Amino acid sequence: MTAGVAGLSVVDLREVALGLGDDCLVLSHRLAEWTTHAPELEEEMALANLALDLLGQARSLLTLAGEADGRDEDQLAYWRDDRDFRNLLLLEQPNGDFAVTMTRQVLFSTFQELLYRGMAAGTEPRLAAIAAKGVMEARYHVEHARLWVQRLGRGTEESHRRMGQALDLLWPYTQELFKPTESWSRAADQGAVPPLSSIEEPWRHSIESLMVDSGLEIPGFPAWQSGGRLGRHSEHLGHLLAEMQHLHRSHPNASW
Amino acid sequence: MPAGEELARRLAAEVPDPELPFLTLGDLGILRRVEVNLEGGVRVVLTPTYSGCPALHHMADEVRRTLLAAGFPAVQVDTELSPAWSTDRLGPHAREKLEAMDIAPPPPVDKAPVALTLKCPHCGSLRTGELSHFGATACKSLWRCQACGEPFEHFKALR
Repeated sequence: MTAGVAGLSVVDLREVALGLGDDCLVLSHRLAEWTTHAPELEEEMALANLALDLLGQARSLLTLAGEADGRDEDQLAYWRDDRDFRNLLLLEQPNGDFAVTMTRQVLFSTFQELLYRGMAAGTEPRLAAIAAKGVMEARYHVEHARLWVQRLGRGTEESHRRMGQALDLLWPYTQELFKPTESWSRAADQGAVPPLSSIEEPWRHSIESLMVDSGLEIPGFPAWQSGGRLGRHSEHLGHLLAEMQHLHRSHPNASW
Repeated sequence: MPAGEELARRLAAEVPDPELPFLTLGDLGILRRVEVNLEGGVRVVLTPTYSGCPALHHMADEVRRTLLAAGFPAVQVDTELSPAWSTDRLGPHAREKLEAMDIAPPPPVDKAPVALTLKCPHCGSLRTGELSHFGATACKSLWRCQACGEPFEHFKALR
């Protein structure tokens, strides 16, 4: 196996970048689905901004992931089927109501900020550069999502009920956030990415204190869903990709 | 320094931002380096403000067009993420120009990154509040003045 920078193999770098890039791409698409449907104009712009940040991060990460085998960002985004995607299952879940969207956002952005912060200090310069840029953006995403979770959790009886439902619905998917692939573990051994176990505790602390502030309870049942990082997805991803990839596949190399 | 490098740098630095056309790439700190080789070919390095800034392609095209029009035989524009751009990279006149256009500038480098309150660019009142972290472009947030009732934009701090 060819050694990359910092002793990280090309295959492991590709897998790590692909997983993180797919996270950004899939969540970006989900957030963009809110455009023209958001509860208010300001929020519509906010969600579109979040989607744009994530799309930019996805482009950098997929470009890096494709370098090893000569595929560009578009080939990776548009010409892979669901089994070849490596995103977390949490991110492909449908938007549901606004409570589900914001709960998903806070669970993920909190994770992403911690992960990027570790990666920005890591030994792989290209991953570090993408993370150093992304962490500034993730910080805004966390702040935005936390404010909404508090507002909805402590809002009306109805908003509180829906937040509780959203948390129950998405909690099972949180286990996968901290389950490293073999590539991730090797990359962490090389110091390129943080070990996922090192960000689990700060993540848990941040989410738990938010839920206390918001009058919400973390579900008592364990998180158990996983498989996205290995290409085993829920049925939702196929539908998402059908919409995202349709135009490009029907009209290859179309531009406007 | 090869001939023309100073000219190339000045021309590239003067290219306007497509979304905030009163600011140049030089003002914004988006222009990182300009190198001219012995054949006169130019290499320009830009850095994005945000990962997904949709204006970056347009800026690269404008830089290319401007330098080719000035007679440079070949122009290559690359982007570079590291070190990451932040609002601390704004040039000396950027804050004044933002204020002149009624956009509240980010706090100066030596101040806290998140402003607790902003001065309304219309009436000068400090009784203002944020409506949304996210405005019409990635680099701005949306505020409203409680004194004069007018909304205004803020070029938000990014660090």
